[in-house]
Amino acid sequence: MTRSRIPLLVEVPLLVWLVILWGALWQDFSAGNLIFGLLIALAVVNIFYLPPVELAGRLNLWAAAVFVAAFLLNVAKASFEVFWIALTRGPRTKNGVLAVKLRSHSDLLVTATGHTISLIPGSLVVDVDRSTSTLYLHVLDIPDPDKADRFREQVRRIEAGLIRAIGSKEEVAMVKAEAANRRNGGTS
Amino acid sequence: MNTDLVLEIVAGFCLVLGALMSLAAAIGLLRFSDLLSRMHAATKPQVFGLLLLLIGLALQLRSWAAVPVLIVAWLFQLLTVPVSAHMVGRAGYRTKHLHRETLSVDDLDAVVQKAAAEEAERRKADAAEEAALAADPELAAELAADGDAGKKPAGKSKSALRTKEPKEAAAKASARRRRES
Repeated sequence: MTRSRIPLLVEVPLLVWLVILWGALWQDFSAGNLIFGLLIALAVVNIFYLPPVELAGRLNLWAAAVFVAAFLLNVAKASFEVFWIALTRGPRTKNGVLAVKLRSHSDLLVTATGHTISLIPGSLVVDVDRSTSTLYLHVLDIPDPDKADRFREQVRRIEAGLIRAIGSKEEVAMVKAEAANRRNGGTS
Repeated sequence: MNTDLVLEIVAGFCLVLGALMSLAAAIGLLRFSDLLSRMHAATKPQVFGLLLLLIGLALQLRSWAAVPVLIVAWLFQLLTVPVSAHMVGRAGYRTKHLHRETLSVDDLDAVVQKAAAEEAERRKADAAEEAALAADPELAAELAADGDAGKKPAGKSKSALRTKEPKEAAAKASARRRRES
């Protein structure tokens, strides 16, 4: 069986994660344990071959921290919202299946956005069109088109947050241009 | 002692609120009417509830070694819950286990209809092509020879010749080849 070798640099984030996981599961972060974990991680990565996750090679720690904080806050909010809707409206809730077109075409970003969307505002990915990076989401509590538009806006905002944290340079430029556009549109 | 007491109280609060969130998930499962809405109840409050329970646990254990395990437990929950929700939701949508009356908008429906129409059209074109090949054995033989010459598997050459233009192009190409030889 032939397969193209993945450069070691691309594997580094995966290796680091596996070593941390190993340490966490043993509850032991001593050097010996971590080195043994690294050996096992190398073996695992080489034996159980998976296509590499293509990172954009960019990480803005501040944007990532902002994103995580907003995420935790929103998970709490969304949970109470779902609870409230379940209690007060239950079977009478009006939902919607919405198509949201994302900016990014990176698989990782589309996946990350899909994951976040599933956990935050009360939605669930029904289908994905990878070629146009469109997410089809089932959204709780969409009584009218106005609310659907607001929801689409929210999804795009979440994606913008993710792009600022781990997106490629071109995507960041796109997000920035969009924000500037909106600001100009708002003042004029 | 004082900080201990505070930590105890916070831990207790987290545990109770976490349990309440699990209750919310259960209530949601009971109250919502269709599969897709029920998946919402099973994902959001449940993930938040688990977070609270794990925070309560961390405050109760008060050992730094336990913290990474708890974080990993929650991370795996974060990674797996949307995937399972997606798989169930997708299967539910495709097998039409949804209550249309609960939906106010359905963007996917139009896409599915369009794809179904395209698929039907393609099937019809395929059938027409088969019929043409059956009616004209000479053309069929030519196409088969062409497929052999291009060293393509028979099935593949057939699918490549699905539309009319490629068929004509292939016929022309084979005619040219015959002239050259």
